[in-house]
Amino acid sequence: MSKNWPLWEVFVRSKNGLEHRHFGSLRAADAEMAMENARDVYTRRSEGVSIWVVESNNITASNPENNGELFEPAADKVYRHPTFYDLPDEVKHM
Amino acid sequence: MNKDLYNYIIGIADNSLILGQRLGELCGHGPSLETDIAGTNISLDLFGQVRSYFQYAAQVSGDENATEDTLAFLRIEREYKNVLLVEQPNTDFAYTIVRQFYFDAFHLLFLKALETSKDETLAAIAKKSIKEVSYHWRFSSDWVRRLGDGTEESHTRVLEAVNELWMYTDELFHQTEADKAMIAQGIGVETLALKETYYKMIGDVLEEATLPIPESKYWHKGGKQGIHTEHMGYILSDMQYMQRTYPNMEW
Repeated sequence: MSKNWPLWEVFVRSKNGLEHRHFGSLRAADAEMAMENARDVYTRRSEGVSIWVVESNNITASNPENNGELFEPAADKVYRHPTFYDLPDEVKHM
Repeated sequence: MNKDLYNYIIGIADNSLILGQRLGELCGHGPSLETDIAGTNISLDLFGQVRSYFQYAAQVSGDENATEDTLAFLRIEREYKNVLLVEQPNTDFAYTIVRQFYFDAFHLLFLKALETSKDETLAAIAKKSIKEVSYHWRFSSDWVRRLGDGTEESHTRVLEAVNELWMYTDELFHQTEADKAMIAQGIGVETLALKETYYKMIGDVLEEATLPIPESKYWHKGGKQGIHTEHMGYILSDMQYMQRTYPNMEW
């Protein structure tokens, strides 16, 4: 049994309008402590306006060993990218 | 020079200066990376507040050679007017947290009152500092609950710190001549009016933390008059070393 507190993943929204982004992880005994620690460790240089914390246990991650079957089939299918359309000039931010 | 105003500002600033220095000693030595950074953050908040107070005090002093740095680094021990509580050592994490907890409750109430001071500069510094100190209080009171209502060992250790540091709490409310003069002018905070709320604030948290409220009425005092405990000299020799050894050095 590990003597460490559980690991938590920290997501920070750096500006209103942007999405929360993964910033890193930290250890904390519970959600409240994780929130305070995240505030101190990751936002002390005014990096954020909102924080999410989630216990790392609750994240299901893909297994790097399966990268072949999961991701490689996508590599040679250029037609899945919408690059064959002529966009009118009026359409911006695409 | 307005001697009372000057002494009043110094009295407020020195509490934050010495507590900030104490917390700074723990930089890199906290029990975990997260609490280490939290302690250092609080220390830097306090130093930020101290700079504003000292800049103002230097201006009020009428001494054209006085700056925030000379006030921080070049006074002698008797000229520091911080309460004894904040100079107490970082005996262990429980002591560090309880010292912070006892001070934060006072600091928060004090600043909320100072915000309505007739002195605009002090009111502005208070207004800016309240957000920081609200977080300090949240952090320290949360840890008192955790340690008190935690394991047998954490309970025993935090209980010891609660009892040992208790005798330094009453001095927070003492009034010097400068304090009384400033209160009379509507600039200073009437600390006696905060006392009941203060003991209720910390009492409520101690109760939640399953810690008995100490009953002792034996109080230590002297810091506000410049009479310090034996720890103060060591703090100053650390803090002043660079300025004393390399006069006028700048970062």
